[in-house]
Amino acid sequence: MNHLYQKDISGCGLSGIISTTGKLIPAEDIIKTIRIQNERGNGLGGGFAGYGIYPEYKDYYAFHIMFDHEQAKQDAEAYLDDNYIVVRKEPIPHRRTAAIPTHPLLWRYFVKARDNRPDLELEELSEDDFVVKTVMKINSEIDGAYVFSSGKNMGAFKGVGFADEIADFFMLEQYQAYIWTAHNRFPTNTQGWWGGAHPFTLLDWSIVHNGEISSYGINKRYLEMFRYKCTLLTDTEVVAYLFDLLIRKHGLSARLACLALAAPFWGDIDRLPEDEQQVLRQIRQVYGPAMLNGPFSVLFAHSRGLIGLNDRIKLRPLIAATHDDRVYMASEESAIRTVCAKPDRVWAPRAGEPVIVELNDDVI
Amino acid sequence: MLKNTTPAEFKVVIDHHICRRCKRCLQNCSFGVYSFADRVVPDNSKCVACQRCVGYCPEGAIEITSNPAAFKYSANWTPEHRKNIWKQAEQGGMLLTGMGCDLPYPILFDSMLLDACQVTNPSIDPLREPMELRTYLGRKPDSLQVETGKDGKLKSKTPFEPQIKLEVPIIFAPMSYGAVSLNTHKSLVMAAKEVGTVMNTGEGGLHKDLYSYGDNIIVQVASGRFGVHAEYLDAGVAVDIKIGQGAKPGIGGHLPGEKIGMEISKTRMIPIGTDALSPAPHHDIYSIEDLRQLIYAIKEATNYKPVSVKIATVHNVASIASGIVRAGADIVYLDGFRGGTGASPTVIRNHVGIPIELALAAVDDRLRQEGIRNQASIIAAGSIRSSADAAKAIALGADAVAIGTAALIALGCRVCQMCYTGKCAWGICTQKPELTARLDPEEGAERLTNLLRSWALEIKEMLGSLGVNAIESFRGSRERLRGVGLDKQTLDILGIKPAGR
Repeated sequence: MNHLYQKDISGCGLSGIISTTGKLIPAEDIIKTIRIQNERGNGLGGGFAGYGIYPEYKDYYAFHIMFDHEQAKQDAEAYLDDNYIVVRKEPIPHRRTAAIPTHPLLWRYFVKARDNRPDLELEELSEDDFVVKTVMKINSEIDGAYVFSSGKNMGAFKGVGFADEIADFFMLEQYQAYIWTAHNRFPTNTQGWWGGAHPFTLLDWSIVHNGEISSYGINKRYLEMFRYKCTLLTDTEVVAYLFDLLIRKHGLSARLACLALAAPFWGDIDRLPEDEQQVLRQIRQVYGPAMLNGPFSVLFAHSRGLIGLNDRIKLRPLIAATHDDRVYMASEESAIRTVCAKPDRVWAPRAGEPVIVELNDDVI
Repeated sequence: MLKNTTPAEFKVVIDHHICRRCKRCLQNCSFGVYSFADRVVPDNSKCVACQRCVGYCPEGAIEITSNPAAFKYSANWTPEHRKNIWKQAEQGGMLLTGMGCDLPYPILFDSMLLDACQVTNPSIDPLREPMELRTYLGRKPDSLQVETGKDGKLKSKTPFEPQIKLEVPIIFAPMSYGAVSLNTHKSLVMAAKEVGTVMNTGEGGLHKDLYSYGDNIIVQVASGRFGVHAEYLDAGVAVDIKIGQGAKPGIGGHLPGEKIGMEISKTRMIPIGTDALSPAPHHDIYSIEDLRQLIYAIKEATNYKPVSVKIATVHNVASIASGIVRAGADIVYLDGFRGGTGASPTVIRNHVGIPIELALAAVDDRLRQEGIRNQASIIAAGSIRSSADAAKAIALGADAVAIGTAALIALGCRVCQMCYTGKCAWGICTQKPELTARLDPEEGAERLTNLLRSWALEIKEMLGSLGVNAIESFRGSRERLRGVGLDKQTLDILGIKPAGR
């Protein structure tokens, strides 16, 4: 199956935790917050992303890749070997459990792009851009191979099952991270496919998403103008690619990217003083095709922070809370309370108003 | 002249039992159908089925029917072919016609269906939630650079070309003063102002009385350069270079001398009574680089207002559009082969060009493949008959659509296709003072405003059912369209899936 797009229809539960001081958080915490939201999933998809999990390989891109069959692995590895120095490769540790009877081949590779890789003859791509190209190539051209994650010092663990079952399967208790995100999925029409679970990632961006991107058609075509290939089984990937485009390629701040993706209404813009209108008007004019429409709440993580964002009229839930150095975000307050009984502050972010959390500047 | 042997197309049936002989039909018919000899006597051969007499007969005593004259059946030699040959054999000229192609070519809009939300995502209620149709036409930069000022406010650092703001993504298509009456122009411009959109002047210049409506006007420059001067170029929000027209690609506008009275003479800057014949090509544009020069000459003359280039959709429309964008145009106006005209050779109108649906899809695709889609807005035209057509065109990739015929129908036009005769009984496509007086511009503007308001409401309803609350989330979102009964290649060109997938 090479990933012909069908609309991803899913209701979901999600949660995220960040320590703004960069303290490592045991996986147990994030598992608790998502287990209590099993009601929001249906056992057909669950996953996690953790940041800070590979300190010993933090300078290498960590590719988590799933293969449907051995041939896919051979093809992908041949491509990686030609283009990357692979300093370590191994199966992603996992255990057989009753809840997860079958699974694809799951491998991870710690890599660095070769200085003499063949594509440099044709195009001077930065290493990040080349990694993006590699992900697009493997996902769209190598039959049966799919990249779970490709960032540095981070990784995605996902599959078909409830999120807590996936955690058990991947032996998540071994890991500690300063940012965790998690997802319980309720798909209604896609086959149980491991690649279709969240998070979706690209470089060190990762997305967990509850909702449906009703603007998928134009978001995808907009991204294609910038050579992103959206041919996977889900629409959530456009969110990851849009953040990548807006922040990494176009240099927008996280706040501006959120203003583009969940843009304020013209009626609200028109009421501002003219000097404040200009930027917002131009954001909508330039990034109209990137605006995400339809119901969503999304947690967007990267190596320096965590962002929660709702659609423009808040059609999906999102709750945030703070306690000491930690910030929590989840679909339900109950998820936060399972690990943080007395938050300093709990609030429901307004429609389209992002919650942007960054690591303190002194955290390296 | 040889005897006219062509049977009449229509038959006028008068119920003399209820006719009170008021002769209003004689006053209203501008085609000379009626005479009076004790009672009303119609000359069927002159009737064009414009329905004016029917609408104005106080007794409802008139009925226009198709002439049931029997022709020996032939699927091949249809009555239309036979009649055309008789006319030509008698007159020895090109057949002329008005309005858009009336042959039954496939109308792809009618083979596409929109999506809607059910269960897994909520539809949005436009009666209770904001629903945004606002559209800006013009060149957009690839990306935006923003800096935070000392006051903490965000400031854009990216140079931004002027944009045309539309509150509904529907504009009025170019129809020249000369082809249509001044009252038609007035109706269009007043409605455009009321609704927050624009009208295009067409190629006949802009009457002095309408300069004050500049914010809602795009001025057109065509190959005849009628009425073009510095003040005119700067009178609107943008300038449109007309290269071609869907109804008659490769042919310039022809306005017969009898339509050129004092006001049109002044506006077009030509002597009274002279034929206003636009050359087929622009004589300063023999290639794409010449177009570039004209675009930039106009930009220089207007302090860099947006420039639009209007073309008829012909076979290679995608490469032509790409060239136009690269030549500096800020808007590409695509006029499909079903688009209207005031006068065109019938053979051209009916047999040249390609449908707007395919052209639009191909152009939007090409500009995206080349990464220049943001550099120009696309206006789609050429028989947008309803808000559904408009919505489907926008889903295929148009920034906005233009309506000409639909606007005229709103003003009273019955699509009798006699625009080229100058006898329009509804006062739209004529310059005869006794006829133009029939169109009250205030009422015309109200009818047009109502039409745009209705379509805007319907588009909002469609957006809401699609679960999006801004037009830009629907524009080019072909995922929300499905084809029914279309072949694989057509689906591929339209970039849509068949229904059921």
